[in-house]
Amino acid sequence: MVEVKNLTKCYGDIKAVDDISFTVDTGEVLGFLGPNGAGKSTTMNIITGYISSTSGTVTVDGSEILENPKETKKKIGYLPEIPPLYPDMTVRKYLEFMFDLKKVKLPKKEHIDEVMRLVQISDKESRIIKNLSKGYRQRVGFAQALLGNPPVLILDEPTVGLDPKQIIEIRKLIRGLGKKHTVIFSSHVLSEVSATCDRVIVISEGRIVADAKTEELSKSFADVQKLSLTVEGGSSDVLNEIKKIPGVKKYVKLRDVSDKIAEYSIEYSNDADIRRDVFSAMARIGCPILEMKSGNESLEDMFLKLTQNAGKRGK
Amino acid sequence: MGAILKRELGAYFSSATAYVVMAVYFFFSGLFFNFYVFSQNSTNLTYVFNNMFYIIMFLIPIITMKTFAEEKKQKSDQALLTSPCSLTEIVLGKFLGAFVMYTLCTCIFLVYAIVISFFAQPQWSVILCTFLGTLLLGGSMIAINVFISVLTESQVVAAVLGMGVGLIISMMSYFVSLVSIEWIKTVLEKISFMSYYENFTYGILSITDVVFFLSVIALFLFFTVRALEKRRWS
Repeated sequence: MVEVKNLTKCYGDIKAVDDISFTVDTGEVLGFLGPNGAGKSTTMNIITGYISSTSGTVTVDGSEILENPKETKKKIGYLPEIPPLYPDMTVRKYLEFMFDLKKVKLPKKEHIDEVMRLVQISDKESRIIKNLSKGYRQRVGFAQALLGNPPVLILDEPTVGLDPKQIIEIRKLIRGLGKKHTVIFSSHVLSEVSATCDRVIVISEGRIVADAKTEELSKSFADVQKLSLTVEGGSSDVLNEIKKIPGVKKYVKLRDVSDKIAEYSIEYSNDADIRRDVFSAMARIGCPILEMKSGNESLEDMFLKLTQNAGKRGK
Repeated sequence: MGAILKRELGAYFSSATAYVVMAVYFFFSGLFFNFYVFSQNSTNLTYVFNNMFYIIMFLIPIITMKTFAEEKKQKSDQALLTSPCSLTEIVLGKFLGAFVMYTLCTCIFLVYAIVISFFAQPQWSVILCTFLGTLLLGGSMIAINVFISVLTESQVVAAVLGMGVGLIISMMSYFVSLVSIEWIKTVLEKISFMSYYENFTYGILSITDVVFFLSVIALFLFFTVRALEKRRWS
């Protein structure tokens, strides 16, 4: 549906986007992840035709943005980082204006009503935009992007500045929209992307550093597995036993919960599963395991690792 | 284009801009009308129009300062530039919005003409010709000021710069008398708005004058489109 090929954008000597290529299939929700200033907004601005690329092409549903801008722009709904609102208009007047501007061919009143219902601003239709709260402005921006039911939605940090309840609502909305639309949305919050997207592209300093399905991402990039334990018993005995288990790479006592109970963290290689060995070892020395939790490296750790590596490569 | 025109007009009339501009325009035209027509027992509107030249130079930057500067500042230009509208449509919409606003101001002269017609026979040919001249002059100034607005993010800068340019344009004929080098004198005379505008106020409708103003409008609207385009590529 959306195909980005060798996209590069230079501002003077600075390469904001450096040779990015990816494709997004119809009905896919793609998360665009990266620290601030990684080039997310620049890429999105190029895809939507707001700015031009230095080199590279963007194709949306078969039409190219530079060759056929009018047709291509009709297929995209865009919510920029700062919603493009006119503060002196009422919500309905603004949506009517955007409806006309986008040259939408649907029945006007019904369509605007439907979109307002979808983003839950129907009760605010006669309010002037400058008097709305940030959350509602964001939703008006959202409504604007949805006008005309464009097959591709591009959302630039749609949840920034919203309260937790609103964030959950917006995420739900994006997931719902993903059924009918192709969605690309950017964020610098990992949990958000992993909660909403099918696929994640991690971008750092203008380059793609990872492109994978959300669930595969953390697995494929973690070379060690982690196990956290809470065990009752003498900590020297426990550590001694852990040391003996084959496959253990690193072990450490995290903290004492009470005088007899302590928490431990074990790292072990990817190919071994040591959980059973840990269980029988602890049983042997008569120290009951109160809690055992295995977990991949968290997304946050992985994200930091990926983006830091890219930074080193750049230097 | 229609959508942008409609929004521009809505924005003028939902804020104080339209009313303030109209009030000032009506006040000065009324003042000049009193001086040159009523007090002089004359039906000649020429001097009224002639003097309005300076008022127009100061009012038009106020009308146009928002057009692109504000869009850029509040980032609403992203909606315009990512919509399926061409840059030309966007610029024309903005220009026509300001032009309609200005035309509404200018229509007061038709009221004055009707007032005169109660007392004497007005020279309709002169009045209509001057009316057309005023519209063309205004159109040119609007095109220039829309271009100035696209260059900056600040409305104040756009307005002050526009007034400065307006002042230079109105003083052009004065510069002509200062310069002694012949060819510069000729060039200045040829681009002096006042000399083209004056012909209209005397009731002379010449193709040269009309084409001059239309070219200025076309040229500066073209510049505006190019400036918008350049912003995307830089």
